[in-house]
Amino acid sequence: MSEWKMLTLVGEDRPGIVSRITRTLFELGCALGETSMIRLGGNFTIMMMVSGDGEIQAQLPPVAESLGLRMHLDPISGGLHQHRFANYQVRVSGADRPGIVAQVTGALADAGFNILELESDVAGSEQKPVYIMQIQGYSEALLEDLEGAVNAVSGGDVDVTLSPIETLIG
Amino acid sequence: MAILEILTIPDERLKQVSAPVEDFGAPLQGFLADLEETRLNGPAAVGIAAPQVAHFQRICIVDCSVTRKPVPNHGRLVLINPEIIEWDGYEAGREGCLSVPDYTGNVIRATKIRLKAQQPSGEEREYAMEGFEARAVQHELDHLDGLLFTDRVVSRRTDLFRRKVYQKGGNKSS
Ligand SMILES: [Zn+2]
Repeated sequence: MSEWKMLTLVGEDRPGIVSRITRTLFELGCALGETSMIRLGGNFTIMMMVSGDGEIQAQLPPVAESLGLRMHLDPISGGLHQHRFANYQVRVSGADRPGIVAQVTGALADAGFNILELESDVAGSEQKPVYIMQIQGYSEALLEDLEGAVNAVSGGDVDVTLSPIETLIG
Repeated sequence: MAILEILTIPDERLKQVSAPVEDFGAPLQGFLADLEETRLNGPAAVGIAAPQVAHFQRICIVDCSVTRKPVPNHGRLVLINPEIIEWDGYEAGREGCLSVPDYTGNVIRATKIRLKAQQPSGEEREYAMEGFEARAVQHELDHLDGLLFTDRVVSRRTDLFRRKVYQKGGNKSS
């Protein structure tokens, strides 16, 4: 087990959540690692790696509660500097219909594609929703093979495109 | 020849603005050989700028001839006192840096540029560049002005929306 824990906080969005939470963690002597904090549908979601001997489980809940947040704290294995850099990107857009995510990610998984990050949103309007998804991932598979997998689920009202990511180092 | 030490963040010297090269004599030629050896020594870098090895002159090397998927390129270029004289379009792409270990991020750069630079001999040349090579040059020129790609990183969401706007604009004009 590593020194890191995963702290999860979710609740209705309001100003000041990030500053209150991070200030409390700092005062408890905790360090932050990789984090993701984002607003999803009017909620604010926080997932962060925290370390330190601070009494998070005892001290943070009252603060979280006062901000209307639900909280989880779980021990994790792993730690910093274990990045895997994406070498492929998949963009999906199309009519918002059930199963689109399962269909695309299923085809990718079968082709040996490991998702490192997925972000999706619903654009358009209430009447005409459009689903937009961006996936970044890593795969040893050849471009042609992945393209084959992607083309099999593309078409009709769903547009799926695959492109290699050439990360510039300079 | 020698492999030079690469400055990494948060070294303040990476923020220094480099001075133009005026003397094209033997010391410059010796430094260029060391700079190239240093670039080839690390992880597959397509470019390196002199200030990254604590040499604060307007010099960089770019070589986009060995990418995984071939891209338009001019081979290995040694650029001295380089200057971008025209920019066109913009696009997000993923960047990392020898001076920023274990981190990559999305950066918006011009898709096409015209570049003016001197050769190691002092002779002046102009280049029209696009895509990955244009990105590499913009990344290296930033180093000469004390900027890192981390000063320009945008979120994925920004990438998404920018790209859509850009494509729309492109379709209209075509
Ligand atoms: Zn760099």
